[in-house]
Amino acid sequence: MLDLINVAYDTQIPNNVGLSSDKRVLKALEKWHPGYINWWNDLGPDGFQESLVYLRTAVSVDPKGWAKFDYVKMPEYRWGILLAPQAEGRTIPCGEHVGQPAWQEVPGEYRNMLKRLIVIQGDTEPASVEQQRHLGKTAPSLYDMRNLFQVNVEEGRHLWAMVYLLQKYFGADGREEADDLLRRTSGSEEAPRMLGAFNEATPDWLSFFMFTYFTDRDGKMQLESLAQSGFDPLSRTCRFMLTEEAHHMFVGETGVGRVIQATCEAMKEAGIDDPYDIEKVRALGVIDLPTIQKKLNLHYSLSLDLFGSEVSTNAANAFNAGIKGRYQEAKIDDDHQLHSDTYPVIQLKDGKIVWEDVPALSAINMRLRDDYVRDASGGVKRWNATIEKTGVQFEMKMPHQGFYRHIGVFADANVDPDGAIISKEEWDAKKDEWLPTKADGDFIQSLMKPVWEPGKFASWIAPPRVGIDNKPGDFEYVKLHMA
Amino acid sequence: MSKRIDFQVDPENYRHWRVDYEGDVAKLYMDVDEKGGLFDGYELKLNSYDLGVDIELSDIVQRMRFEHPEVKAIVLQSGKERVFCAGANIRMLGGAAHSHKVNFCKFTNETRNTFEAAGQESGQHYICAVRGACAGGGYELALACDHIILADDGSSNVALPEVPLLAVLPGTGGLTRVTDKRKVRRDRADVFCSIEEGVKGKRAAEWNLVDEVVANSRFDETIAERAKEFAARSTRAAASEGVKLTPLKRTFNDNGVTYSTIEVDIEREKGLVTITIKGPDGDAPASIDAIAAEGADAWILRAARELDDAILHLRLNELELGTWVIRSQGDPAAVLAHEKVVTDNADHWLANEILLYWKRVLKRLDVTSRSLVALVEPGSCFAGVLAEVLFAVDRSYMAEGDFEGDNRHVAAITLSDNNFGRFPMANDLTRLQTRFLGEPGKVDEAKGRIGETLEAYDANELGLVTYCFDDIDWEDEVRIFLEERTSFSPDAMTGMEANLRFPGPETMETRIFGRLTAWQNWIFQRPNAVGENGALQRYGTGVRGDYDMRRV
Repeated sequence: MLDLINVAYDTQIPNNVGLSSDKRVLKALEKWHPGYINWWNDLGPDGFQESLVYLRTAVSVDPKGWAKFDYVKMPEYRWGILLAPQAEGRTIPCGEHVGQPAWQEVPGEYRNMLKRLIVIQGDTEPASVEQQRHLGKTAPSLYDMRNLFQVNVEEGRHLWAMVYLLQKYFGADGREEADDLLRRTSGSEEAPRMLGAFNEATPDWLSFFMFTYFTDRDGKMQLESLAQSGFDPLSRTCRFMLTEEAHHMFVGETGVGRVIQATCEAMKEAGIDDPYDIEKVRALGVIDLPTIQKKLNLHYSLSLDLFGSEVSTNAANAFNAGIKGRYQEAKIDDDHQLHSDTYPVIQLKDGKIVWEDVPALSAINMRLRDDYVRDASGGVKRWNATIEKTGVQFEMKMPHQGFYRHIGVFADANVDPDGAIISKEEWDAKKDEWLPTKADGDFIQSLMKPVWEPGKFASWIAPPRVGIDNKPGDFEYVKLHMA
Repeated sequence: MSKRIDFQVDPENYRHWRVDYEGDVAKLYMDVDEKGGLFDGYELKLNSYDLGVDIELSDIVQRMRFEHPEVKAIVLQSGKERVFCAGANIRMLGGAAHSHKVNFCKFTNETRNTFEAAGQESGQHYICAVRGACAGGGYELALACDHIILADDGSSNVALPEVPLLAVLPGTGGLTRVTDKRKVRRDRADVFCSIEEGVKGKRAAEWNLVDEVVANSRFDETIAERAKEFAARSTRAAASEGVKLTPLKRTFNDNGVTYSTIEVDIEREKGLVTITIKGPDGDAPASIDAIAAEGADAWILRAARELDDAILHLRLNELELGTWVIRSQGDPAAVLAHEKVVTDNADHWLANEILLYWKRVLKRLDVTSRSLVALVEPGSCFAGVLAEVLFAVDRSYMAEGDFEGDNRHVAAITLSDNNFGRFPMANDLTRLQTRFLGEPGKVDEAKGRIGETLEAYDANELGLVTYCFDDIDWEDEVRIFLEERTSFSPDAMTGMEANLRFPGPETMETRIFGRLTAWQNWIFQRPNAVGENGALQRYGTGVRGDYDMRRV
């Protein structure tokens, strides 16, 4: 009998989907594999392919088995195909087919829609690896370097997960799309990644932490809604990806938290009370809180753009088709069809921000974004608790959802962080107070000096409270291989 | 949709397009203003278009020919990132009355035909440079160009998603140009037209959906190269200065429109409109240069512009005026003299453009879904290009001999060379060839009478008019006919006329206006598309169209 919990290593590609008996897909994946390895070597972490990294690898998809730690060279990481176990008797959770048995094969009528969703999701996974490829060289500690690489290899695995679905269920078209996922490159002139935020550079570690906190959280929300898919293989894939995604959120939240902590502690020690005394704070070799706030503003608004237009036909189609649900669909108490429900959507009418009830089906994106905002506010609260504990008078805030937006109802409006609509002149005059300037970037960049001695941390970031895999503080998370 | 749709736009106020002129190459950017829809209730997202966007495009194409004679290649591209054009706006279509959809499609078809023909007949070649999504009407814009370049960036594509997405057809020439112009193999065309996501990269070139696929990094360079090549290949006559298409002088009132050469008189209760074309006053310009100096004021250009505008206005804004009576008044010799200056200099760029413009105006008349009637009365000037109107209408009535108390000249028709080849119809035949499909000898017979003043007896013998009536019968016969005509079902009239007007061979153009449009208009009436639960109505709600699965 097929063992669908434990990961089989009897093929080159670890999996729990019985790949060794599915020759067609195995062949397709093996054909794709060298291209992937080339991609990893060319566009994965720059300069650390020979280093031994203390990474977790899944040996089983049950809660006990998916985090086994050991040293591995990244190109030899066992990327594999891992699906959460099939739930007995699962039904389609939403849309016009609600209650029917979940699809185990692609329904022909939704083939294109499904393929497009999988391709878009798949396109973001390698994109972040590409965006972050230079960060290893300026890691503030081996601990952080390991976390970066863990995130990177798992994003790589998420690409595998999407590619498996394409190869297994979408025939020749799927194979072509799988190849194109390796062809597009973040920020490339030739063939850029599909979504804007994934073509932006991640120039420094604060950006990386903000990215994993805010932007990866969009990814999490997308995976959450794809985990509700009536197409069972997609649902199972995403459910397992979410267990890995949690670590990425953790890296982001604790990363930003530790930067804040280092700043506050340094201020206290130096007797600086005014968080806006930026020059003095910066002189301590830490990042001042107002600049951290600016970075937060930037990454939060870029991430909100990833949810698309507030009112969206594509999202409505996908929900109604039952191929993409809402966040925690099963826990929502309604008919899961939304034929006559409404949902309040933020709108800009005659220069005023108003809320209007629109058909709930067309407001799926808005609802997911609202869930995202709630989800993202948790960490911000904890950051503020950290600040408060040190006695510094400052509060991090998530800006208004109309602030600095490029997609949706606010795309053409100038909105300040508090949600006031302002003139273009006022925006131009004030934007440097709200968004990081080149000078801010240069300053942050000046702090990006590698600290590679086990147990040591750069001045601008506090050590973590506990180590990964409960390792002691001076554990050598990465055994550097210096050529 | 009760406001008057105006087809005149001021190029200073384009909302959706911009043009950069660089010597013999013009760069035309589609950059649709989301909030610039012609009607309320929809936003023109992703470079989608409505009639307002197309009116501007039509204006640009027209001005390109007259105001920018130096241009030999036009590069059509998107002014937006990551999207070329998403096609006709679906919410607009979903909310529009059937008549508006039909009129919208007809006008967009005419505009596509105009810039498609510009390359061959006028030496202005349209090149389409596609980066980003190019879907539906977006790809139909591309299809009408002489050359399509597609960026190979892993996501740019061309698509005709109407069938799977909206349960309608790519009705602006899409289906026809894929098979007839690009000669895509029919099974591949079947695949292409059934997949929402379309085709990208090398396959698009392999299937001949585009002419070339180029790497993103070479995109701009390739566009520039192609533009140069097409410009070099252009047969356009040399020109220094263009002719400015100044604003038309016209006055609208409840009973019609007054132009300088056209009078539109409405009899609303009768469902009738009379369009009177006034011949030129004064002597013909001495030379083509004199016409160029007169510019848009030259009668022969002015009359074409005004008639064109009147046709469009009546088509879109006066749906209940189902019968158009076309008259003319003036000196036939003067019409011929004005025409002759242009015809004798047909290799001059401006003369060529004026003749081509008349060809288009007459074609616009051909595909107008109204009963068209011409009255050849005393004092009329159906000569040369204006005589062509008589062969475009469904029926013509001619006054015979002197009319009591009327001192105008006796009704007559005068033919010129131009009636024998200058103004072909969509079926590639002249109107006289089409008229005499069963008696080709009659065309030669008429040709032998070029320049003669043909009064009723001769005109009737030659078969140039439907009926001739003298002073005694004229008024009653015309009245009775018009009363009968206006009492028929407008649908039956449209169908009958559209069938009878285009006998003879099929061309891509007749297939677009006949086969494709007719099927599309049928689908536009069917519940599967436009019913309350049809795909077009439900678009955007997330709920799929509910189809009646019975084949008809």
